[in-house]
Amino acid sequence: MASVAASNITKRFGPVTAVDGISLTVRDGEFLVLLGPSGCGKTTLLRIIAGLEMPTSGQILIDGEVVNDAPPRARGIAMVFQSYGLYPHLTVRNNIAFPLKTQGVASAEIKRKVAWAARLLDIDHLSERRPRQLSGGERQRVALARALVREPTVFLLDEPLSNLDAKLRASARSELKQFQQTVRTATIYVTHDQVEAMGMGDRIAVIDRGKLRQVGTPTEIYEHPADEFVASFLGTPPMNLIERDGGSLGFRPEAFLPRELLNGSAVMEMPFRVDRMEYLGSERILYGTLQGRAAKREVTAKLPAHVPLNGMSCGAWHEFAVRESELRLFDQQGCQVRS
Amino acid sequence: MATITTDVIPRRRKPRYLLDRVDVIGPLFIAPAIIYVLVLVALPFFLALYYSVSAFTIFDPSYRFVGFSNFLDVMKSEIFRRTLINTFVFTIGAQVIGLLLGKFAAMLLMKEFPGRGLARALVVLPWAVPVSLATLAWQWMFDSLYSVINWTLVAVGLLNPETHLQWLGQQDLAMLAVTVVHAWRLFPFGVVIFIAGFTSVPKDVLDAATVDGAGFWRRNYQIILPIIAPIVMIALIFGTVFTFTDLSVVYLLTKGGPMNGTQVLGSLAFQVGIMSGDVAHGAVICLFLFPFLLIAVVALLRALRRREI
Repeated sequence: MASVAASNITKRFGPVTAVDGISLTVRDGEFLVLLGPSGCGKTTLLRIIAGLEMPTSGQILIDGEVVNDAPPRARGIAMVFQSYGLYPHLTVRNNIAFPLKTQGVASAEIKRKVAWAARLLDIDHLSERRPRQLSGGERQRVALARALVREPTVFLLDEPLSNLDAKLRASARSELKQFQQTVRTATIYVTHDQVEAMGMGDRIAVIDRGKLRQVGTPTEIYEHPADEFVASFLGTPPMNLIERDGGSLGFRPEAFLPRELLNGSAVMEMPFRVDRMEYLGSERILYGTLQGRAAKREVTAKLPAHVPLNGMSCGAWHEFAVRESELRLFDQQGCQVRS
Repeated sequence: MATITTDVIPRRRKPRYLLDRVDVIGPLFIAPAIIYVLVLVALPFFLALYYSVSAFTIFDPSYRFVGFSNFLDVMKSEIFRRTLINTFVFTIGAQVIGLLLGKFAAMLLMKEFPGRGLARALVVLPWAVPVSLATLAWQWMFDSLYSVINWTLVAVGLLNPETHLQWLGQQDLAMLAVTVVHAWRLFPFGVVIFIAGFTSVPKDVLDAATVDGAGFWRRNYQIILPIIAPIVMIALIFGTVFTFTDLSVVYLLTKGGPMNGTQVLGSLAFQVGIMSGDVAHGAVICLFLFPFLLIAVVALLRALRRREI
C-alpha cells in the first residue's frame, strides 16, 4: 500500500507543453480520476507516473521516495492500457503470468497467483485462449488480472473502457469500481468521459491544456466548479453562464425551473423564451434565450419529464427562476468567487 | 390476420453493353494472368519434364525417349553432388547473414537520429544497383592483387602481409565470397521486412512489456520476435526461393569456378543446358529444384494463412 505524489510535473515535447506544472497526491487506497478533454495531457501525466516518459521537470514520489530515475518495473506500478496491450502470441494464462516470470517468481507461486487472479476476475475458463479469441470485456479483465498478479502499490488505468460498447461499458464500470474496492489499491484512472469520472472516482482531478484546474470529490467538482472551464466541462448540458458586471453568473440547467415550481424561497427570476425542446424519456431539455441578459451560449433548462409543461410552447416567453443558493459567481478571469 | 404482400421483383434489364456483363468482363480481366501463367510457367515446366526424359540437345534436337537415364547420369556426377551441397550452403548462408544483418540494421534505423532518412535510403542501395554493376565492384574487392578486403585485414593486423588470400581462386573462399555478396543483396529486403514488422507491433504491447518488467532481451525475443515471426517467415521463404533459383551472382563473380567450386543448381543448369547445349541434362538439373521449391511454397502459403487469423 502506498501513496503517489506528483510534484510540479512539467513535460514538453518540442514547443508543445503537454503537462504544465501539475502537483497532485493520490492517497493510499484512493480511486483518483484524471478527467479532461482529449489532448489535455492526462495520459502523458499517467505515463510519467508509470515511468514510460521522463518529465522535463518535477518529481514523482511513491511512498515519499523520489522515483524519477527508477525504471517502470522498479516502481511497483501496474498499468492497464487503452487497447489493453495484451501479448497476442501468448495464451491468457501466459499473459497473466508474464510480469511474474520477469520477476523470477517460482513456477509454483506463479501458478497459484495466476489461478487466484483469474478466479477473482472470473476468467479462469479462458486460460488457454489467445487474446484474439476474446471479446472486448474479456480482454479488459485479462489486462486487469495481469496488472493484479504483481500486487502493485498503485494501478494506472488509461481509458480502459473506451474500447467497449456503451452497454458493456456501464457494467464494466461498476465491476471495475467493485474490484478496486475489493483490492483497495491506490488507483489513477484516466478518462475523458465525465460519467465514468463522476461514477467511479473518490476524487476527480480536472485537467485542461496541461494545467490542473480542480481536484475534489465528484460533488465538489459538480456543485462548486473552480472555474468556468470545469463548470462547462461537467454536466450534460453544461452549466449556463450569463454575463454579469465583468464576471459571469452560472447555474445548472436542472436548477433552472419554471417559477411556479420554486415556491417561497429566495429566487432570481429570469424570463426565458423556449426556442426548441428535446424529449429524452426521463427528462426534457429546453433550449432558449433570456430576456435582457447576454449568455455565453444558448441557455438550457432540464426538466424532469413528469413535470407538466402547463402550456409552455416554443417561441413564447415564460417565467423561469433559479434558487439563489444554486447561483455560482465567476470573476473576470473565470474563477469562482466563493461567497 | 395480417397478410404479407411481396412485391414482384422486377426482371433485371439486360445490360446495354457487352462489357457491362459480369460473365463477360470477369473472364476478360482474369485472362491475362491465366495466359501468362500458362505460357511462361506451365508450358516451360512441362517442356522441361519432357526434355528430362528425352535425348534432346541443340545439336540433335530429337525427342527420343530415354526414360530416367538422364537422371541417373546427373546423380552419378561428382560435380552435381558438389553443386547440390553448394546450393544449400549458398541459400542458407545468404539467408542467415542477410536476415541477421537486416534485423540489427532495422533496430538501428528505428531509433531517432539526425540523417535517419538518408541512412534508410542508403541501406536500400544494394537492391537498387543492377546486379551486374554491383558484382563488378565486388570483383575488384575480391581481386587477387588489389583486394581492399585483404588490405583491410592486413591493416587491422588480422592477416599476415605475406599471405595473399585468393578470394575467388580458392574453392572455400570463393564460396564464402558468393554467399556474402548474395547476402549483401538480400540485406535491404531483410531491413525493410524487419522495419515493417517492428512498426506493426502495437505501442501498447511494448509499453505493457516495459511496465511488466521485461528488459531489452526479453522484450526483443519473447515479445517482438514472436509477434513479427509470421512476417519474418514469409521473408525467409521468399528469400530462400529466390536464392535457390538465382545464378546471377555466381555466374557474374566466378562462373561457377574455380573448378566448379561455387557451382549452384541454377548456374550448372545454365552451363550444361544452354552453354553446352545439352538441354536434356540441363532440364534434369533444373527439375531437382522443384521438390525443394514445392516444400518452400507450401510453407509460404501456410505461413500466410496463419498470418490471416
